[in-house]
Amino acid sequence: MTALTDDTLPVTPRAMRDEMILFVVMALLLASVPFTGVYPFFVMQALCFALLACAFNLLIGYGGLLSFGHAMFMGTAGYCSGHALKVWGLPPELGILVGIAAAFGLSLITGYISIRRQGIYFSMITLALSQLLYFIYLQAPFTHGEDGIQGIPQGHLFGVFDLSKPTVLYYVVLVGFLAGFLLIYRIINSPFGEVLKSIRENEPRAISLGYRTDQYKFLAFVLSGTLAGFAGALKVFVAQNASLTDVHWSMSGEVVLMTLVGGLGTIFGPVVGAFVIIAMQQYLAGFGQWVTVIQGSIFVICVLTFRRGVIGEIAHYFRRSL
Amino acid sequence: MQALYAQLLVGLINGSFYALLSLGLAVIFGMLNIINFAHGALYMMGAFCAYFLLNLGGINYWWALLLAPIIVGIFGMILERTMLQWLAGLDHLYGLLLTFGIALIVQGVFQNYFGSSGLPYAIPDQLKGGMNLGFMFLPVYRGWVVVFSLVVCLATWFLIEKTRLGAYLRAATENPTLVRAFGINVPRMITLTYGLGVGLAALAGVLSAPINQVRPLMGADLIIVVFAVVVIGGMGSIMGSIITGFALGVIEGLTKYFYPEASNTVVFVLMVLVLLVKPTGLTGRAA
Repeated sequence: MTALTDDTLPVTPRAMRDEMILFVVMALLLASVPFTGVYPFFVMQALCFALLACAFNLLIGYGGLLSFGHAMFMGTAGYCSGHALKVWGLPPELGILVGIAAAFGLSLITGYISIRRQGIYFSMITLALSQLLYFIYLQAPFTHGEDGIQGIPQGHLFGVFDLSKPTVLYYVVLVGFLAGFLLIYRIINSPFGEVLKSIRENEPRAISLGYRTDQYKFLAFVLSGTLAGFAGALKVFVAQNASLTDVHWSMSGEVVLMTLVGGLGTIFGPVVGAFVIIAMQQYLAGFGQWVTVIQGSIFVICVLTFRRGVIGEIAHYFRRSL
Repeated sequence: MQALYAQLLVGLINGSFYALLSLGLAVIFGMLNIINFAHGALYMMGAFCAYFLLNLGGINYWWALLLAPIIVGIFGMILERTMLQWLAGLDHLYGLLLTFGIALIVQGVFQNYFGSSGLPYAIPDQLKGGMNLGFMFLPVYRGWVVVFSLVVCLATWFLIEKTRLGAYLRAATENPTLVRAFGINVPRMITLTYGLGVGLAALAGVLSAPINQVRPLMGADLIIVVFAVVVIGGMGSIMGSIITGFALGVIEGLTKYFYPEASNTVVFVLMVLVLLVKPTGLTGRAA
């Protein structure tokens, strides 16, 4: 059985420098969006999904665990933040915290259950758990069923930043995304991240070296789920609603697709993948159901011919770790 | 009481579908090491196949019961030969992702041509009407579905566990290289096995066509419940999938009677409980 991702290249200080340069380039490019003609709402939406995909990638790319229910964290955080903002009237910063806390709690429970099985069983369990939540949210009164929570107020962040102004909102979302991205980057390059990679490569060996691999995988799951919740909480301010679409399993599939297109186990891959897929949905919306067919074809093509993804292929070509 | 028996019957019927589908998944997983995410889409193709045969070719239900699994099975074998076989030796997860992509394509194409609403498929004349059993009224078609799928499940079990062909199959699962050394064409056997598993899914589709309407997304939500069934059962044995499938259908039916609010979620809740107590599933071996 070959490893899930191609990670034979050692991370040298040189590679770290490449990554930092790329990060600065990415941050500058994203920061300049309001000064260009690009529709900011499109970029904000893509940023939320990029953060979600990065969180998802932390789990699969570095822990080798394919979660097929990751939308449940985004959706749960979205519902809880939305409810806190609209019904409880909390300010935005507390609303985001409520969402993150909800995703944290959910990832503790689901992680404890799902980490007990490996490989495809793990994937099926996460998928089933997210479907369980879907039905619960369909019936629970506070989610308003098919209607979802609509017209969520944006408010003033820390009482200062008016989030109803698109430019202010854009920079708040961007800062949130960059903070999340750096946190994930830090986790990956920590001793914890190294242990995680060793579990991905060869779990029995990691166990024989004395690591309690289940604890590492559980922690990775909780970190990933909580960060996915952060993405969901940010998305509430962009979309101003929380609906069943965000918890449906097809959304989890989209997250997998984003990461696969960009490159599993690459740092920038999920960001690129998220932008590609969101742009596709935006510009191919006229094709109706054919979008599903196109997405399916991309899945098939990626798996058959293009397993490293966009960033993975580039990194492989230049023999860099991106 | 009438309502209780009616729900039990519905549970048994759903159980038949769960059993047929998880059985096919188990057969495919055994040989190809792939969790066939496209299983729901192929189930749907079985139902559509029966619909086309009737409305375009005037071919009745009984022939559809035979032809649809063969047609969809051949489609499956083409998929295996053109795509799935290239994944041999790679991580399991790629098989899951590839079949997920295939499912999206198939469902998307059908949705484009048939929308999301259902097409009716009439119950064949011979199976219309019902019987009064004294304690309940049994629609003949529903009874037929339960009995027929039970027979198919047991026949599959017999084929794999008791015949020479099944012995080759099981041996090839354990050690393909060795079986190959005995002069058995293992790749062809893998293709045929995939065809068999897919055929079982299509058969379930034909059976369900007169009960549930023929819809492009009829397999999409069902497959997740079947995955939960598989996790509960553990896919360790063929018989395990059959028994778990029927049992969970019945439990779901009972829930619908006693506490309808939980009927959508009971299988998932059971999955959580089983995993907490026995992480390998009821009949499963360690992954």
